Amino acid sequence: MVDVTSSGTATVELPADDQILITREFNAPRDLVYKAWTTPELVKRWWSGQRGEVTLAEIDLRVGGKWRYVMVCPGDLEVAFHGEYREIVPNERIVSTEAYEGVPDPDANATLNTLTLTEADGRTTLEVVVQAPSKEIRDAIIDSGMETGMQEAMDALEQVAISLR
Amino acid sequence: MARAATTTDAFNAVAEPRRRQILDALAGGERPVNDLVDLLGLAQPQVSKHLRVLREVGAVEVREEGRRRLYRLNGRALKPIHDWVKNYERSWSERFEALDVVLEDLKRKEQGDGGRDE
Repeated sequence: MVDVTSSGTATVELPADDQILITREFNAPRDLVYKAWTTPELVKRWWSGQRGEVTLAEIDLRVGGKWRYVMVCPGDLEVAFHGEYREIVPNERIVSTEAYEGVPDPDANATLNTLTLTEADGRTTLEVVVQAPSKEIRDAIIDSGMETGMQEAMDALEQVAISLR
Repeated sequence: MARAATTTDAFNAVAEPRRRQILDALAGGERPVNDLVDLLGLAQPQVSKHLRVLREVGAVEVREEGRRRLYRLNGRALKPIHDWVKNYERSWSERFEALDVVLEDLKRKEQGDGGRDE
């Protein structure tokens, strides 16, 4: 077995005015990717990336069931998302809503996300289509990524500044 | 984010689905306007109007070849859009790098249990 941990970066495309498509390949069979995506204690280990610590991951994996993730970013900023499962095909496909709790009326501004996993030669291609209710909300989601990126850059700068003291 | 006036920036130029179709078609190589007319199923004046908007932001360039005008894509003009998406892409990349680590652990555990041939 060739152990390639780094499988490349995510690609983000904007297939329509109100959509985002995120694609990534993983060096693992899809049942494991599905497991990591749907098991609370595993979600806690990856969902925040480098942005903070996941303090809550609740998953009620059935159609109509709810999920809620909370992460705490540096500076004690709490970022929470929740949603509802609409369609579940184990190891293949999950359709769920995703609402960011930091905006007024989160559920009215929720996106509908479709996760698709396809496996070939023991590797899994993961696709997430984010369907936003409008172009404005789609753009705000991309902008939030920009803010996060800025935040990380500022954090890195702060580390450098501290090391120079 | 701050944007320039209508049709003078790449964001507005690609906001129109027909113009994105034109860009997709030109991504495959240079084409005369008639090809684009056939492909989009629009009248030539409409296609020309879209091409003019794309030319104004530099996303499309044109050259004359005999009596034909050939259009081609200039990806560099779309860089502001790429830059805009890049940070969002980076947060997903970081999230997925953490997921890679979780997956390696799961694979090791399965092998330890003798549950999977690899």
